[in-house]
Amino acid sequence: MSPVAQFKNLETAIHPETLRRVAIDPISRVEGHGKVTLLLDEEDHIQQVRLHIVEFRGFEKFIQGRPYWEIPVMVQRLCGICPVSHHLAASKALDQIVGAHHLTPTADKLRRLMHYGQILQSHALHFFHLSSPDLLFGFGSDMAKRNIVGVAAAYPDVARQGVLLRKYGQEVIRHTAGKRIHGTGSIPGGVNKNLSLAERDELLKDVYQIIGWARGAVHLTKQLFEQNLAEYNAFGRFPSHTFSLIRADGAMDLYHGGLRAKDMDGKMIFDHVNYNHYWEQISEEVKSWSYMKFPFLKVLGPEKGWYRVGPLARVVQCDFIPTPLADKERQDFMAFDAGNPAGSTLGYHWARMIEMLHAAEAIKELLHDEDLQGTDLVVTGEHQEVGVGMIEAPRGTLIHHYHVDENDQVIRANLIVSTTHNNQAMNEAVRQVAMQYLDGRKLTEGLLNHIEVAVRAFDPCLSCATHALGKMPLQVELIDAEGKQIDQITRGVCDQPTDRC
Amino acid sequence: MNIPAPILIIGIGNPSRGDDALGPMLIEHLEALALPDVELITDFQLQVEFALDLQARQKVIFVDASLNAAPPFTFTPVVAAEDTSYSSHALSPSAVLHAYQKLFGEPPPSSVLAIRGEAFELGEGLSEAAKTHLEAALEWLRKRLAEMTAD
Repeated sequence: MSPVAQFKNLETAIHPETLRRVAIDPISRVEGHGKVTLLLDEEDHIQQVRLHIVEFRGFEKFIQGRPYWEIPVMVQRLCGICPVSHHLAASKALDQIVGAHHLTPTADKLRRLMHYGQILQSHALHFFHLSSPDLLFGFGSDMAKRNIVGVAAAYPDVARQGVLLRKYGQEVIRHTAGKRIHGTGSIPGGVNKNLSLAERDELLKDVYQIIGWARGAVHLTKQLFEQNLAEYNAFGRFPSHTFSLIRADGAMDLYHGGLRAKDMDGKMIFDHVNYNHYWEQISEEVKSWSYMKFPFLKVLGPEKGWYRVGPLARVVQCDFIPTPLADKERQDFMAFDAGNPAGSTLGYHWARMIEMLHAAEAIKELLHDEDLQGTDLVVTGEHQEVGVGMIEAPRGTLIHHYHVDENDQVIRANLIVSTTHNNQAMNEAVRQVAMQYLDGRKLTEGLLNHIEVAVRAFDPCLSCATHALGKMPLQVELIDAEGKQIDQITRGVCDQPTDRC
Repeated sequence: MNIPAPILIIGIGNPSRGDDALGPMLIEHLEALALPDVELITDFQLQVEFALDLQARQKVIFVDASLNAAPPFTFTPVVAAEDTSYSSHALSPSAVLHAYQKLFGEPPPSSVLAIRGEAFELGEGLSEAAKTHLEAALEWLRKRLAEMTAD
């Protein structure tokens, strides 16, 4: 059996019509719409496990026909969770369209500062708000306590720090993008403002505290691993390749770099490949049961070429992190328990906190850089028709690819978001956990939450649904062997909060 | 440190998703009025850090599009309550107040202005019905704010 497809047999059952179906629909504490279906036989043995993605397919159409200079602002409306990542990936693609192949130091550093603010706030939200309840109270613990309010009651400092870390990241975004949301800071060819001394001083005031809290969060994840070592190492564990951008000297660089892919043993598959021709390295497979495609490394093919992206992939495959505290934590992580957490699904949490610390340190370094007060903001050159922008977003590699016509209108767009890269890896994690914890057992909410814990580790951002009152993107159905609905519960933003919403 | 305005109004929604834009559009109209003692914020959705914005306020109003509100809008008090929206990237107003309660104590008096919306597709503008509802909500809120600030 191939080590990269050890649960391939659970992708499609031989006689699904004879099996009982359980749907976790959609997954809670992830963005948008996700659904896991389990097919069980009469003895409750798992026969099929699929993570389905209800991916919104209107993004490219939304963009087509628009003048290119509107795109960095427009694409922020695709996602309320990581708008800055879309803002910057689009800007990088459009830099190429306007012939700006080398930005000014002020523009490059201001965009980086914005990006690290986004990484900080996104990672803080995910760990403190969405994942720490599972990690601090246990995956199968009392559901009533397993939430941020429970964390606030039992660990008030942790909850408060989580809120303030996220807020700080958003302040960095506000000062660099110009607004709290729908920022306009990054434009094709550069930026439209620098960072004033007053803005710099306001951010500098708290940055050392932020670094301290981020470091504390890394140590908290390490402590959780130490306390639950066997379970954490084994939970949803599977070998996979890794994929990310990398700086020319092998350092982690979340804003720019060449493509690096390593195999499951850490051997290089390719390195420092120019991302402008990303389609020569990766391709996408379509499966009939999921709207989301399955990317793979072309050199290995669809069966063996799928990979992980995001914090775990980036921390594992970089040669070093270019800020001292985060690099020390990376070394500890890689050495801990002979490197076992580096291959575990829950290692994502530890790696994510190392990246959050790196983001905090990088923000501090940038705030001390006088280039941020420079006035040379934009460059232009010879226009071209095609532009590709790639960035390491909080959840992984994000690709924006545009074709622009002679009227400056976007005629074709292709977006590959981070969660799509992790599609097969998430399916593999879910199958692993289903076999570990659910096979042959009567299902309970606590057991089903183990599936959600596996998905949450990747911090998927599945689609960008509206969150209007009464619009209920989160729904759980329990369906018996005859296809009859036994129970259902919805999660979302109710007009009248009750225990059913 | 700046003293926060006594009244905070938070408009929620994505301006590019049809009637989901009702919250942000109402905020845009209010911004043009430059009301004293009122701070205006808009965002795609509520999250836990909004609890920080609620500090030292006398009154908070959440404005959002609603599928269920009686047209053209409803205005109802909201209190801290635990619901399952905590498990999503988008919190309900009640959940934000609940987070505030756990972090800082009793939250300020709060209400939800729920404006009836009909269609929420990406790239669409406001529906005709939503435009009418928005006008009605804006007119009513303007008067209400004048009364509140006069008090």
